[in-house]
Amino acid sequence: MKTLLKLKVNGEHYETYTSIHKTLLEVLREDLGLTGTRHGCELGECGVCSVLIDGQPKLSCLVLPIEVQEQAITTIEGMATGTRFHPLQEAFADLGAAQCGFCMSGMLLSAKAMLDENPQPTRAQIREELAGNLCRCTGYTKIIEAIEKVVAESNA
Amino acid sequence: MSKELHVIGKASRKVGVMQKVSGQTVYAGDISLPRMLYCKILRSIHPYARIKSIDSREAEALPGVMAVMNGKDSPKKFGIMLRRGDDEVLAIDKTRFVGDSVAAVAALDEETAEEALKLIHVDYEVLEPVMSIAEGTVPPNGEPIHDYAELGNIHKRVSLEFGEMEAGFAKADLIQEDIFYYEGNTHLAMEEHATVAHYEADGKLTIWSSTQNPHYLHKAVANVFDMPPSRIRIIAPPTGGGFGGKVDPLNHEMVVSKLSMMTGRPVKITLTREEVFYAHRGRHPVLMKVKTGVKKDGSITAMDFKSFLDGGGYGSLGVATVYYTGALQTVTYNIPNYKFQGARIVTNKPPCGPKRGHGTPQPRFAVEVQLDKIAEKLGINPLDIRLNHLTRPFTKTANHLSITTTGLRECIEAVEKRSNFREQYGNLPLGKGLGLACGSYITGAGFPIYWNEMPHSGVQIQIDRGGGVTVFCGSTDIGQGSDSVLAYIVAEELGVTVDDISIVTADTSLTPVDLGSYSSRVTLMTGNAAIDAARKLRTLLFETAAKEFGVPLESLDARDNVVFCPENENCSISFPDLVVKAESEHGTLGSVGSYAPPPSTLGGKYKGAGVGPTPAYTYSAAVVLVDVDLETAELKVEKIWIAHDVGKAINPLLVQGQVEGSVYMGLGEAMMEEQVFRRGLHKTPSLLDYKSPTFLETPDIETILIETNDPNGPYGAKEAGQGPLLPIMPAVANAVYDAVGVRIDEIPIHPQKIFKAMRDKEKGKEGRYGPKGVPEIPFPDPIRVESQWGQRADQESSR
Repeated sequence: MKTLLKLKVNGEHYETYTSIHKTLLEVLREDLGLTGTRHGCELGECGVCSVLIDGQPKLSCLVLPIEVQEQAITTIEGMATGTRFHPLQEAFADLGAAQCGFCMSGMLLSAKAMLDENPQPTRAQIREELAGNLCRCTGYTKIIEAIEKVVAESNA
Repeated sequence: MSKELHVIGKASRKVGVMQKVSGQTVYAGDISLPRMLYCKILRSIHPYARIKSIDSREAEALPGVMAVMNGKDSPKKFGIMLRRGDDEVLAIDKTRFVGDSVAAVAALDEETAEEALKLIHVDYEVLEPVMSIAEGTVPPNGEPIHDYAELGNIHKRVSLEFGEMEAGFAKADLIQEDIFYYEGNTHLAMEEHATVAHYEADGKLTIWSSTQNPHYLHKAVANVFDMPPSRIRIIAPPTGGGFGGKVDPLNHEMVVSKLSMMTGRPVKITLTREEVFYAHRGRHPVLMKVKTGVKKDGSITAMDFKSFLDGGGYGSLGVATVYYTGALQTVTYNIPNYKFQGARIVTNKPPCGPKRGHGTPQPRFAVEVQLDKIAEKLGINPLDIRLNHLTRPFTKTANHLSITTTGLRECIEAVEKRSNFREQYGNLPLGKGLGLACGSYITGAGFPIYWNEMPHSGVQIQIDRGGGVTVFCGSTDIGQGSDSVLAYIVAEELGVTVDDISIVTADTSLTPVDLGSYSSRVTLMTGNAAIDAARKLRTLLFETAAKEFGVPLESLDARDNVVFCPENENCSISFPDLVVKAESEHGTLGSVGSYAPPPSTLGGKYKGAGVGPTPAYTYSAAVVLVDVDLETAELKVEKIWIAHDVGKAINPLLVQGQVEGSVYMGLGEAMMEEQVFRRGLHKTPSLLDYKSPTFLETPDIETILIETNDPNGPYGAKEAGQGPLLPIMPAVANAVYDAVGVRIDEIPIHPQKIFKAMRDKEKGKEGRYGPKGVPEIPFPDPIRVESQWGQRADQESSR
């Protein structure tokens, strides 16, 4: 069964006529062409597909889009403002926090949500907040360092 | 040549990183073509069964289904070992593990394809499966899994002996014998494998795939379909993590190709996470017996090493893996006499293959834990038993491997200093412990997977009239930064900025062959090929500039897009201006470069000598601090210090990243990761159930880079992506012993195992958890070769 979905993604309004059972992850990637949201399990286990819904990190593979038609969805494509990157994106690039890059979209959005809520997290809090986002390349070390760089710069 | 480096050795951003942090990178799974069909594969529900019949008529009749195929539609076998490969496109007569592929569907959408799978009826005759090393090393009850296996289900046996074993053991003051087990585990790259194949109207086949090895896939596809390689183009988009899991050509790549040929439309498959666990090709479970003779001062007089590998249902690179469980023991410490026997067993589980460290983490665990036990018996500090017996630079090993540079002493001293190991070891409160271990690894295999005398890596450079430089190379960026290495090196040599360089890689129609992203070969081999190509072009450009300024070519230098004469400030020309003059003089500007390992590093002449040689070995040392709960035996790793001899860090930031990632992956193997089965069924085929370290379990990692400037490496560089994994597992085991006095001779080190060993010890039993015996199988008479331990190895630069 198909339905007309109206979604607000990265401040843009989208309408798409699609299967009603599709997850937000599938609609973003397949119907809206926003392939920056990656998938690693489709079971809510890895954090790779994280997006922000009204600023809160959510696993898009577990969200039915029909339920979030009224809410503001942010994907990685919406993290930069035009050609101006978010400080987290700059810091991740500067400190080597991205290797294969596959977990990056979810990681950056989760980190952004964390800093929006708590601009001064301790290292322990960063670990706790991001424990749902798996990365197989970095050993998390450079990711933590990049977030701490942004925290330190926001103090300066 | 300018001696001062401007790009190499500097921390800088990785090439392509802004696309990665903004979601713009296009991975294989992001590719979508007009009229594209979606593929799904029907998989075996039995660990071992004969296929009596397949009825797919109902599936074919389902609206939206465009093609259905089974093994008979594409019966030629393939594999990473090329003509010796035993992989099947889809099972032909038998399925050999739960998850083995039986039939495939191409449909208008994924849902229809899934629906169609339910309409394919397979009649199986269930066969008696073999599920372990123990079951595979006794005469089989049922029919052997492969015709090529010997003594039932033994895939490969190796037996090698270097030096005088009896005399070696006779000289020993102590002979230590131990048995170890290392459970299998998998790569778990975050990207699930995806492939799009397009057989176009002109009869040419293009494949986009998440592969680490476009070249070997190219050869395998040509072979399977009996197509000229000139009609096939393999493109490897940036890969979302490999770790060895995307080294083998895999059957789903063949399936979508065949379905595209059948339908004339592009066909895509994206494996589910569960299917990735079946595709596997990961770490072999290995059972090991190590007998080592030592003198009172800790020097090794002889080592006898036996390994038994659980290979799973197909061969993969398993023949090489068997050899690798025996090849590198001799590279780290002095072992004058050495014997190795190894066997790979076929079992009805997903096939094992190469994972980060390929066949060497298991023996490294065994050797480093045993060394700790020996040190304790002899009353020697674990630091000294290692420091006093390190292999020396530019010498050969017992098994004829040539060591060039080694920085292991500096590595051990660096982690000792940071961790204060000498003072703290043995003196921490009960429940806290420090463990030390070392390792060594290859920087690229000395030999290609198929015998040939061509370069291992080729690089082509062209310059456009605006001064833009494009570098073409078959190398595949799996996140390790191989694109960056090419850009940094060409920028350094031509004196342009990294931003002026475009990189075209991993496309068999556009780029010269690089063998692939495996065996830690890329920085050294493509790096040397890039230097070769860039220096030719640099000479061409400098010839024009020298003529222009009337100065000798040798007096010129180039940096930041300017070619100049340091002694004469009037001699200066911008790179784009020079390019125009040079093209006017020489014609179109381009060059090629290539690399093959120098003959002096290619090892011995005996059968099996092909596994182990490399242009340069890297060395690592790690100290791990653990906390073991005395009540529950819960294990926490609190801190890891790692020092790695990388030769020269081309970009220290990226090298640190490789080292930290290796440490993390080793930690996962040490503490929790395991691929285990119940009646053939994978127990944990999901990211939740297969435990891997999160931010919470990964401690602070302190990384120290040691530079030894290897004459064979580009600017002295060696590998960093695999070696630093090796010391982590034994360092954790040794730290657990320091914390609570029990030996866990088995990986992973679960709290249950520590708990059991602690309770046993309390009851006066041996405080040890681990295997008790190894199978008795006949090995062929060993190939006996004289030991070359300590002989001088040539110092030969590859360029």
